[in-house]
Order: sequence, then structure tokens, then C-alpha cells
Amino acid sequence: MSELETTPVSRRNMELLLLLLALAVAMAAYYLVGINSDGGMSQEFISQGLILAALSLVFHVILRIWAKYADPVILPVTVALNGIGLAMIHRIDLARTTDAAFRQILWTGVAMVIAMIVLWAIRDHRVLRRFTYIALAASVLLLLLPLIPGLGVIINGARIWVRVGSVLSFQPGELAKITLAIFFAGYLSSNRELILLAGRKFGPLQLPRARDLGPMVVAWLVSIGVLVIQRDLGSSILFFGLFMVMIYVATARVSWIVIGVLMLAGGGTFAYLTMSHVTRRINGWLNAFDPEIFHAQGGSSQIVEGLFGLANGGLLGTGLGNGSPYMVPLANSDMIVASLGEELGLIGLSAIVLCYLILVSRGMRAALGSRDTFGKLLATGLSFTVGLQCFVVIGGVTRLIPLTGLTTPFMAAGGSSLLSNWIIVALLLLISHNSRRPILSGVSATAEVATRAPRSGGLFGKRKESQR
Amino acid sequence: MNDLVFTVLRLGFLILLWLLVLSIIGALRRDLAIGGKARVGAPTAREIRKNPSLAPPPEVPAKQQAKTLVITEGPLTGLEHPLTASPVLLGRAQEATIVLEDDYSSGRHARLFPQGTRWFIEDLGSTNGTFLGDAQLTRAQPVELGQKIRIGKTVMELRP
Repeated sequence: MSELETTPVSRRNMELLLLLLALAVAMAAYYLVGINSDGGMSQEFISQGLILAALSLVFHVILRIWAKYADPVILPVTVALNGIGLAMIHRIDLARTTDAAFRQILWTGVAMVIAMIVLWAIRDHRVLRRFTYIALAASVLLLLLPLIPGLGVIINGARIWVRVGSVLSFQPGELAKITLAIFFAGYLSSNRELILLAGRKFGPLQLPRARDLGPMVVAWLVSIGVLVIQRDLGSSILFFGLFMVMIYVATARVSWIVIGVLMLAGGGTFAYLTMSHVTRRINGWLNAFDPEIFHAQGGSSQIVEGLFGLANGGLLGTGLGNGSPYMVPLANSDMIVASLGEELGLIGLSAIVLCYLILVSRGMRAALGSRDTFGKLLATGLSFTVGLQCFVVIGGVTRLIPLTGLTTPFMAAGGSSLLSNWIIVALLLLISHNSRRPILSGVSATAEVATRAPRSGGLFGKRKESQR
Repeated sequence: MNDLVFTVLRLGFLILLWLLVLSIIGALRRDLAIGGKARVGAPTAREIRKNPSLAPPPEVPAKQQAKTLVITEGPLTGLEHPLTASPVLLGRAQEATIVLEDDYSSGRHARLFPQGTRWFIEDLGSTNGTFLGDAQLTRAQPVELGQKIRIGKTVMELRP
């Protein structure tokens, strides 16, 4: 463990510096939107910018107290993305006279406060391992919630929303990706050895025993099944990708990728042939510029208008507040990447994509440095969900893959997505803190554990008898 | 606001955005090589002044001191754990110092701790027992260099 010899540098000052730069980017975005609107800089702009600044500085102080050794760039990157998203939502509000930005800043506040609470309450990510099966139950519950009559509502053809009262609507599937990642990490870190060692050889592939995978397959079937019923293609891809990556990382067996790709191909073909909304999505992707499909109800007009916007932006963009991204349907949520691409151009959009890349790579770095299997798997799974979401959304908008209804993390208008992504950030910060934290010699946590009265059978009880 | 000012501001924002990205990458530069030498290795005098806990333990003129714990058999073969002044908890539990991925070891299986110039091993009430050489441990016993400690399928020894 080379960590014992590394210098315990907290690097919080570096974080503060980068955070100030990130806030400057967010404020500049607000300022540009302000001077380009007819109303000029309004009071609202200033107050929203100040709320974001105050919240992120409080977050920074919290990190100084409770997660001193956390990764220094995760918070600045997240704040910059969130701030640019807020400015863009505000900009589209001005053109459409809607009021999404107010809700968004409200949710940003709620999400950041909950992320701080997560930091304070959990401290050590390893406690989450105890909740492995509770996390499974919670995921199933969250996914089933929208199906309850009276509680769930259908928006844009997908039954993934829960509405409480008349204003508060929520997408519980967004939180389910965190609980599922906790379950997969907990389950795989306990049963990794068994899955690796037992099983039959089948040519070059080693297949696992069916009973080792029982709970995994049930978890997978439940999430995919519910999502087919709820008609939400995006989340279905997200959960399946999460499942595949975590099991691949845990076992390092290529057979899992082969099985997964075959399952994906089979499921995709089946969905294309039998489910009308999937057929429509794929037709809109392959023949987007066909006039018939363009004008059809739910056809390719959205994606094509997004492409026109991106083309209008060109290399340097039209400038914030100067383009016409509001012409695209859902310009502030699903298509926010096209809106940003139009106003910031290829150069600005690549900077944003790089920010996501940095965020995901820092998550993976935390996983590499983590000292326990559970932390490694959890950090990998969580950062992978962020990466996969970006890929699915940006790929969909730029017509690389069929457009699906996933949200751009931290940017798209939507409270549940913001909340779950900020919780992911809090967990990644915790894992990186625990992996970089120096182990004190002398009276360490380990020593305390060791001097306590020994428990027979160990943590998980008796497993096998000795071979002797 | 005239066009020139606007163009300058528009390009200025893009520059600011890239400045953020590049300064983040700059901040991470030394971290890009995983396990690189940058932060590992002997602490410098300045680092010791800032963090006294990093100072190397005073050299004890002993015959030959154990410096590493090396796993020679079992799932973790080849793992080397540098020994410091703190005790080492061996077991399958995630909080162990060395997490043995061995189905025959208990959660908190055994403890290796320094006393004076020697290292002692003590079984913590494990299911399958801890063996020093061929004998099963009944109490804490000193471990000599090169003596085999067996836990489940894992065999380890102390090396200078």
C-alpha cells in the first residue's frame, strides 16, 4: 500500500482556486445572456448567480471539514456545468417566457444541500455495503412507484414520473440508478470470488454458475422489465450498461461483454420489431431527413432542428443569447446540448464535453485509489453512469445513435436528475477522500478493530470448513 | 452595445471556458501517471516539517528488521505490504489492513503487531485457525524472518 508513504496533501486550496474560476465561467455565462436579452441585466440574474456562488462555497467549506482529502476538481467541474446549464435554461426562459430557471435554481439548492447531508451522514462509503439488499429493494420500489395508479403520471409517452400534489413531480428512476449501483457493488464485492472460480468452461469463455447469478439476473430483469412497461428506452440502456460494466470490472471476464452485447442485440431487435415508439426512434435516426418522417407526429423534426441549430452555431457559436435555440422542442432539457452547441459553437461544446470527461475520469481515479473492492466497484459504477448518460444524450443529439430520453447530467432542466447527479458527486467525493486519506500510524481505526473482542466466524459467518 | 464589444465578449467567454478546462488539466498533471513517483517515495525535509507524522521511524540497530510482509501463496500471491509501526489486521472484512480474498479466512482473522524490535502474530478467534510454521497458534507468538504464516489458503512471510 503505497498510500502509507504518500504525503497527505489535502489540495483544498487548489479546489478553491478552480471553484472561483468555475464560478467566473457561470457568472460570465449569466452576464452574456443578460446583456443580449432585451431586458438587460435583471435583478434575477444577479440573485441566481449569487445563490449558486454561495452554495458552492458552502459546499467547499463542508469538504474542508468532512472530506479533507477529496478530489479537488470534482466540485469545480460540477459547479461549472451546473452554472452553464442554469444560464442556458434562463436564456430559453427569456425567449419563451417560461419560468424553468427558477425551479432549476431551487432544485440546484435542494440537490446541493442533500449532497452535503450525504457527505455528513455517510462519512465512510463502506457503511453503504451493509445496505446491499435494502438498496435492491429500494431500487425495485423506486422503479415501481410510477406504476401506482393515482401517483404515477405519463409525460411524453413514458410512465416514469410521480406527481405529488399539483406542482412537485419527480422521476424516481433517477435515484434508482444510485441504489442499483450500491446493490451491484455490494453483491459483487461479496461474491466476486465465487463468480470467478466456479463455473463451466465453454470454449474460450468461462460461464458462471446459474445460482451465483440468480440475484443479479433477477435485479436486471426487474429493472429492464419495468422499463419496457414504462416505455423509457434511455433508462433501460443506462441500467443495462451499468450492470454490464460493473460485472465486467468485478470479474475481468470478456465473456460478460459477449453475453451482454448478444442480449443487447437480441433485445434491441425485439424492441424495434414489436414496440412502436422504439421503431419510430430508430426510423427517425436512420432517415432523419426524409420529409415524411420529418413531418410525422413524433418524427425526426426535433433532432433535425437540433442539427440545424448546431450547424448555425458553427465553430465559434452565435454567442450566448444571440442564437435561436428556443425553436427546438424541449430545448432546455433533452436538447440542451444542441442549444449550447448553437450558442457556444464546436469550441465551446468540446470544452463542455471535456468537463464531463474530466468528471468521469476523476471518478475512475477514485476507484483506482480506493482501498476496498466495494468502493472500487461503486465509484466505477457511479462515474460510468454519468459517462454513459453523456454519451447517450450527446450521441443522440448529434445523430450518432438513436435519440433517447435521457437527461444531460447537471445541465438539463429537471429536478430529479440534478438531485441524483449531485448525490453521485457527493459519493465520488467521499470515495476519493477515503482513498487519499493517510492512514495514521499508532492508534488507527485498524488497531481499534483489532483489539476489540474477537468475533468467531468473521463478518459473514462460517463459509467453508478447512480443507485439512 | 455595439457589435465589436459583443464579439469580444463572445470569444472571451470561450477563452474563459477553455481556461477552466486547461487549468483543471494542469492541476491534475502530476496525477495523470497512476502510482507515479511524483507523490510516492521518501518525503522531503520540507514535507516532514509540515507533517511530522511522515518522518521515517528512527532506525533501531537490530540484527535485521522485518520491513515487508510478502504473500507467497494464495489468491493475493505477490502482494507486498510495507510494515510500519502500526499493527496489521488480516482478514476478509473490508476494514482489514490487508483484505484477504480467501474463502477460508474469517472476517477478522489475525493480527500482526510490533513489540520492541519483533513482530508478533495473534489469532483473533478465527474459524479455521492461523498457523505459524506447522503449529496452530494458541496465543500471540513472535514471528521470525522467513517463517511461514498460513491463513486459509494464503501463506505469507516477513522479509527484511
